[in-house]
Amino acid sequence: MKKGNLFLYIGGAISAIMSFLIILGYFWTPYSPTAMNVGAKFQAPSLEHLMGTDNFGRDIFSRVIDGAGTTFFIAVSVVAIGCALGILIGSLCGYYGGLPDIILTRICDSITAFPSFLLALVIISIMGSGKYNIIFALGILFIPSFARIVRSEFARYRDLNYIKSARLMGAGSFRIMFRHILPNTFPVLLSAITIGFNNAVLSEASMSFLSIGIQPPDASLGSMLSDSQIYLGSAPWYALGTGAVIILLILGFSLLSEGLQRMSKNG
Amino acid sequence: MADMLNVKDLKVHFHNAPEEKFAVNGVSFSVKEGEILGLVGESGSGKTVTAMSISGLLPKNRADFFGSITLDGSEIFQCSEKEILSILGDKLGIVFQEPMTSMNPVMRIGPQIEEALRVHTNLSKDERRQRALEAMAQAELGEPEKVYKKYPHELSGGMLQRAMIAAAIISRPKLLLADEPTTALDVTIQAEILSLLRRLNMEHNMAILLISHDLHVVRRLCSRVAVMQQGKIVEEGLVEDIFKNPQHPYTKKLLDAIPTRDRKLI
Repeated sequence: MKKGNLFLYIGGAISAIMSFLIILGYFWTPYSPTAMNVGAKFQAPSLEHLMGTDNFGRDIFSRVIDGAGTTFFIAVSVVAIGCALGILIGSLCGYYGGLPDIILTRICDSITAFPSFLLALVIISIMGSGKYNIIFALGILFIPSFARIVRSEFARYRDLNYIKSARLMGAGSFRIMFRHILPNTFPVLLSAITIGFNNAVLSEASMSFLSIGIQPPDASLGSMLSDSQIYLGSAPWYALGTGAVIILLILGFSLLSEGLQRMSKNG
Repeated sequence: MADMLNVKDLKVHFHNAPEEKFAVNGVSFSVKEGEILGLVGESGSGKTVTAMSISGLLPKNRADFFGSITLDGSEIFQCSEKEILSILGDKLGIVFQEPMTSMNPVMRIGPQIEEALRVHTNLSKDERRQRALEAMAQAELGEPEKVYKKYPHELSGGMLQRAMIAAAIISRPKLLLADEPTTALDVTIQAEILSLLRRLNMEHNMAILLISHDLHVVRRLCSRVAVMQQGKIVEEGLVEDIFKNPQHPYTKKLLDAIPTRDRKLI
């Protein structure tokens, strides 16, 4: 076991626990995340309610798991859209070059030139809020970062000898792009995916925090954090529990990505 | 015997070169069935550009091509991209100079050797594997079963070059284009690769176009040789004739440049 892989182990452990809780949350939570109990509002954390209850007497732990599930689903979908389209655009641009490359790269640049949050706000205000609209808006915003990375990798690989020799064996462009070049970009792509995932979690949380994201009564980490700030003095566990889950979610994946990067560097 | 490859008055002009400067300027030669032709010349004499024109690998938007190249009856310059791809790896096998960088580091050796079959035939996975193992045995790769599962970084340069040769001959091409196949290897491995090429030529009647700057290599392997200088072929003939009785001053200079045992270098 390599010493430097502590990142990998800790990150993997945190991510595994979080993923377990999130997947568990899709099927079972200790209480219904939307069940109100007026008699039991603002209870401090106890064995009965692990993270206490909120202003409607809802169990915060159940809501956090449920909300993390929503956030997780959005983040994964956003990264999936951004990554898939980014790979498509980036590989075509990088491999063929020429005028289409210049045009598409400029479009990507101009998307990145906007503060991404502002652009998401614009898209949401045109299309209306909701889970799938957020995924759509963030997904589009995430394309350029992937496209740029994939493009530079493809441009680097396209003239290498082994790509040429695959071509000389009669492999067509499509085959060369996705069978011969793409696997070579995985290490770089992997860290882009983990960073992208973290950004997606944060973006969703901030959008919900500003209440343009997930709408009540659905729980999301951002909207819960936003609700909790009113009760910061009287019920600090509300904000602490929610915040801790966001931190753990991101920390786990960051450490995991750092660990993976170190592993691939060490061979 | 019929011509496998016929190059007629080939001219190549790169777009970024001066108007009158041709990288290949009117080259004509032919390779007959089962023959080994050597193409020699110093760096920049146009050998590799000639080879790349034959493979159709030079992008048409970076260079202009004139003349004609006929490979086993098909005219390369008139082929569509698709037709060229159907020739490459099937009728024409190619071995590169740099074995260390000619294999994809993230793919196992076996699938890379099979690539030509996967593109050109509908053989099943097992049949392809069988053919790959056969080709590896023909290329004298030891323990083909083990090497099949290895990654390129686990092999030495000589083994990789054998793997490249196995990949090039797996579809039993009629012509093998070998661009400096031994340059990156040390002398003993060079000799082994050369005798391997010779054997493949004899056993399978596979024509070879050998491109090299090394006259030793050409002398050992080829039956005929063409000498290139500044994009033109300055002398062509049987190997013995050219080595014994060079006509062109450039050929003489090339021959003089071979270090021998009793000649002092300085």
